[in-house]
Amino acid sequence: MIYADNAATTRLSRVALEAMLPFLEEEYGNPSSLYGLGQRARTAMNAARKDIASALGANPKEILFTSGGTESDNWALLSAAAKGFQKGKRHIVSTSFEHHAVLNTLNSLKSEGFDITLVNVSNDGIVRSEDIKNAIREDTCLVSVMYANNEIGTLQPIREIGSICKERGILFHSDAVQAVGHLPIDMSEEPVDLMSVSAHKFHGPKGVGLLYVRSGIDLPNLMQGGTQEFGKRPGTENLASIAGMAAALREAVQKIPQTSTRVSELRDLLIHKLSEIPHSSLNGDPVQRLPGNVNFCFEGVEGESLIYLLDQKGICASSGSACTSGSTDPSHVLLAIGRDYETAQSGLRLTLSEDITKEEILMIANAVSESVDTLRGISPTWKDLRNGKKPFKL
Amino acid sequence: MAKVIVGLSGGVDSAVAAYLLQQEGYEVIGVTVRSWESGISRCCEIDDAQATADLLGIPYRVINCVPDFQDKIEKPFVSSYLNGETPNPCVLCNPEIKWKWMLYAASLYGADMVATGHYASVVLLPNGRYAVKKGADKQKDQSYMLYRLTQDQLAKTLFPLGDLTKDQVRAIASQAQIPSAGKPDSQEICFIPDGSYSRYIEDHVENKSSFSGSFVDEDGNILGQHSGIFRYTIGQRKGLGLALGSPAYVTSIRPRTKEVVVGSEESLYTLDVTCRSLNTMALPNLQDQSGLPVTVKIRYHHEGTPATLTSIGEDQVLLHFDLPVRAATPGQSAVFYDSSGIVIGGGIITR
Repeated sequence: MIYADNAATTRLSRVALEAMLPFLEEEYGNPSSLYGLGQRARTAMNAARKDIASALGANPKEILFTSGGTESDNWALLSAAAKGFQKGKRHIVSTSFEHHAVLNTLNSLKSEGFDITLVNVSNDGIVRSEDIKNAIREDTCLVSVMYANNEIGTLQPIREIGSICKERGILFHSDAVQAVGHLPIDMSEEPVDLMSVSAHKFHGPKGVGLLYVRSGIDLPNLMQGGTQEFGKRPGTENLASIAGMAAALREAVQKIPQTSTRVSELRDLLIHKLSEIPHSSLNGDPVQRLPGNVNFCFEGVEGESLIYLLDQKGICASSGSACTSGSTDPSHVLLAIGRDYETAQSGLRLTLSEDITKEEILMIANAVSESVDTLRGISPTWKDLRNGKKPFKL
Repeated sequence: MAKVIVGLSGGVDSAVAAYLLQQEGYEVIGVTVRSWESGISRCCEIDDAQATADLLGIPYRVINCVPDFQDKIEKPFVSSYLNGETPNPCVLCNPEIKWKWMLYAASLYGADMVATGHYASVVLLPNGRYAVKKGADKQKDQSYMLYRLTQDQLAKTLFPLGDLTKDQVRAIASQAQIPSAGKPDSQEICFIPDGSYSRYIEDHVENKSSFSGSFVDEDGNILGQHSGIFRYTIGQRKGLGLALGSPAYVTSIRPRTKEVVVGSEESLYTLDVTCRSLNTMALPNLQDQSGLPVTVKIRYHHEGTPATLTSIGEDQVLLHFDLPVRAATPGQSAVFYDSSGIVIGGGIITR
């Protein structure tokens, strides 16, 4: 099997597993308990928080553990909106190609009376900071722009947007679920107030993540309960997962200098190979993208059928983000970068980890090429394109 | 074990079709050929189809054909109305969308056949041709909707409900605990769930006012004004807004002059109907026919009237009926049957 869907989730790393095991076995204490077993758990949790903070260039108090990216996004958006509401500010700026954890939270805020501006994304999959600037109003309380897109991997001008927000005194949130552990991120230099992180995207366990909250920002709670997470996020801590996340992040961040160049080179090789398939097109900017992200459209190919054929050949890939496959609607991200409905349905996302080898890249390229040929051979749409009943778009 | 793709609509008929094939020993794969945009309508059909697939323990896939459906069915539907016709999109959708994409799924998943829950049968005739035959349930017979299927499509088609009545199907469904049992049959054109065709046309045409014109009588006298020929169909009496002292019916629509002709009920009856865009099923072709005896349905719910069929040129036939038929409507299909209920072929009524 070749696993090429690392934007969906990643293999749990050995160091993460080993960091977790004690807390799943003998070290099962509650960090709030006063006896030795509990206090050892507290010490381990503090150590994990410190490790994570140092991997991100943050202060440990800025790291709040959550159940993952979706919770972090919800918390950031709903709490920032609540703060804005208190000041009479009910306008939020975001982009049209955010993850659904952001888009649907914004929809819910909209139904509560917030005004939402979703800035359009350019065809290269990069939002222009100028457009964000122009969307900001007097009553804007929050700007939320993802660090890197989860489907097409394009990197957003976070520093520029952050500076604009800073100048205007507006909270800036970034969903960095796809970026953390893959790109060097130093919060002492990133002008970001709130940042969502998920462990299972960098070889940590599922069901755990964090929200970075810059010191000095008093964020209202999402849930009420005990005093865990500085009273901000109640509930007994998921210590095994927190320890796993810390170990995975530390390892991932340490490896970035070696892996990112190597993975980027393999990514570019795959992009080069897939570009040779007639009537195909890369989605998103070829350079400003995550090291492991390859996303293509193939004219006359139905994306989900392509996933099926690749699976038959032992390759795990995705036709959009995993949360949207099965709904059979075209990817909102591909629509946002200007693909039409039909082309958007022909998307293939291959996301590589550092485990990938050059041989595997060539196998993937071959398998995709063969599968595209097979599907075009049986596709009613391709027939219409070939006999001129319908114009080619790619 | 032979594999078969069953088109699941979320309704009881296709669920029972899948169940029966499974009982016969087929390896069944459920597929919904989705032609409607999300958020527009029919939210629950995929859920219902998924529930059927889960109940039967079969794999299930939705194939999104929205763009193809818009190109091949919705756009021609609008042009047909603007051309003064009353189209029947379902007869086109079956060969152009449903079967094409089910057969695509068959190729993809290595299935030999496709099947649906239509009330009709496929027969292989002594002349080597495949044809659709009326279903055993005369009330539910859907052979009319299937007359445009091609030979290649029919050769790979199974209709498990062809010999059953709707009551039998419902009984099988409740015995098999298929959850959709008792659900009402869908009637409307799927992409216009509220049945408001004129509003649909208005929403899909830019210069809608250019289709307005006059009501005229058969002598050409102007009787009033109308706001678009696409609002009318042959035989329509209600909603004309004309006070003429006697019941008035739309007897024809003239797209070039935008005239809607109104007349008495008697003038709706005709002995001769011509058809274009033929599909031949039981016969190798319809070209050299002269006086072929057939029974013709001129709309889905028409019981059928005996007629003779004569070829009158390339891809055109003249049907001469034994008794006058009421409101033969351009755009609707005429389907020709033999005396045993086998579909000989059909075409689209031109006048």
